Amino acid sequence: MAKHQVNYTSTAGLPIALTSVDKLVNWGRSNSLWPLTYGLACCAIEMMASGASRFDFDRFGTIFRASPRQADVMILAGTLSKKHAEFTRRLYDQMAEPKWVISMGSCANTGGMFNTYATVQGVDRIVPVDIYLPGCAPRPETLQYALMMLQKKIRRESANMKKNTKQRFV
Amino acid sequence: MMQVTTKLTPFFENINFERDDKTMVINFGPQHPSAHGQLRLVLELDGEKVVKAYPDIGYLHRGIEKMAENMTYNEFLPTTDRLDYIASTSNNYAYAAAVEKLIGLEVPRRAQVIRTMLLELNRIISHLFFLATHALDVGAMSIFLYTFREREFAMDLMEDYCGARLTHSAVRIGGVPLDLPNGWLEQLEAFLDKMPENIKLYEDLLTQNRIWKMRLEDVGVLSPEDALSWGCTGPMLRGSGIAYDIRKEEPYELYDELSFEIPVSDRCDSYGRYRLYMEEMKQSVRILHQLIPMYKETSTQLMAHAPKYISAPKEDIMTQNYALMQHFVLVTQGMRPPKGEVYMPTESPKGELGFYIKSEGEPYAYRLKCRAPSFFHTGVLQELLVDTYLADVVTIIGSTNIVFGEVDR
Repeated sequence: MAKHQVNYTSTAGLPIALTSVDKLVNWGRSNSLWPLTYGLACCAIEMMASGASRFDFDRFGTIFRASPRQADVMILAGTLSKKHAEFTRRLYDQMAEPKWVISMGSCANTGGMFNTYATVQGVDRIVPVDIYLPGCAPRPETLQYALMMLQKKIRRESANMKKNTKQRFV
Repeated sequence: MMQVTTKLTPFFENINFERDDKTMVINFGPQHPSAHGQLRLVLELDGEKVVKAYPDIGYLHRGIEKMAENMTYNEFLPTTDRLDYIASTSNNYAYAAAVEKLIGLEVPRRAQVIRTMLLELNRIISHLFFLATHALDVGAMSIFLYTFREREFAMDLMEDYCGARLTHSAVRIGGVPLDLPNGWLEQLEAFLDKMPENIKLYEDLLTQNRIWKMRLEDVGVLSPEDALSWGCTGPMLRGSGIAYDIRKEEPYELYDELSFEIPVSDRCDSYGRYRLYMEEMKQSVRILHQLIPMYKETSTQLMAHAPKYISAPKEDIMTQNYALMQHFVLVTQGMRPPKGEVYMPTESPKGELGFYIKSEGEPYAYRLKCRAPSFFHTGVLQELLVDTYLADVVTIIGSTNIVFGEVDR
């Protein structure tokens, strides 16, 4: 290549990034996942611990929001009772697309040890779940790993939401 | 007027709100970041003032008491972790102590020392958590980061002992399952040596803080008479000037041998209760300091010797046929405590936590009732919230330090 010509694709070339719309959008979506503070029971304490100083959830661009309108991901942390189920669905519906759900802990996954008249046997009966997170209660590291899994999942998705929602709505 | 209920206008059970045009009814929760779990408060507001408050509970009802009737005594123990999940060991202990009282077991001294250590460590964990969430709700974010830093050290100690961070199951019926690991006491000592410095840091940040004082002083005033008549215990009662602590009134484990004080506050408000929590942490540090030399004087036995109820040590099970047979029966059928009923009160970080057990001589409890302090403290909200501003509601809920695992059960 002649000296006056610029190789645009080499690393020291002109400051141009070549990408697809999907990648760009998903880069933005996956690196600023704002969860809804949805503490239900014991797991919520571990969720708080992951947000606190030692585990520092903010490194992932994760800032807990109190309003479903500002949230991207719902971390269902704890036992969901039948009395509460209606509100979970309502909050899920209030969240803006695109939205994802992490089911944290055994109670949220399957009802866990509480196989009783009062408990919902798995939150996937109420909302579509993206990541199931085992443990009782899962450690903060586990929650961080789940978030990284979710990021991977988002990066594989299409930026066109219509395509995604069709699959995800139950 | 008959209520027409739809999904959007829910039915208020048995609550008569006098609806005139002045007031507005709002729902606080069941999913509110400052509601400490799944508390739903139905508030009637006149402008910004609360006219009537109705705490609606049951959103975390899991049927734990009913589960106890279908589980053997040892099977139920891990379920008690999920009652007050901020200080699990205090629940484990309250349950184990009730069963031991029913059987009439004598717990070995080393187990008693370890139990008392874990209980006080859990009290520190719980109080740090209280401070973190209370300050966060009121608006002081940095305190949350500092207290959680220290809480992690205490959690590491719990993890080194029993392997779990949150749901410990560290106390068993008849003793404790494990001895303290090597180097645990040195780590505990290092933690305790740092605690006074850390408590001073929190106090420097909060005690004279102008905003903190404005938000807490004379907010949530609970008179001694009201505190008694609502059944308050723990810091809620001591915050109203009544020195009542079960560790002193009906000492269990080693509390009658330890020297510590019961801090009391006469202020009756949220600020007084905050000061009380700080003092209690200092007392817990003092107790833990005394327990370290006591541990070193004990023999190595960890579980009570009662072949009818408690399995023999592992070496005996492996070498003696009779011990193995007993172990088999205890595991497959469960222990059968004698007929009778028992109530055992203990002082959990939040107040009087007691288990009532009615036994019919079967491996399953006929009825188990958990007397949880938070339940009564949720009831007080009806009284405390009236005539306060909406902004103070969060302060008052934080100050009562309620946990919904034990309210709804």
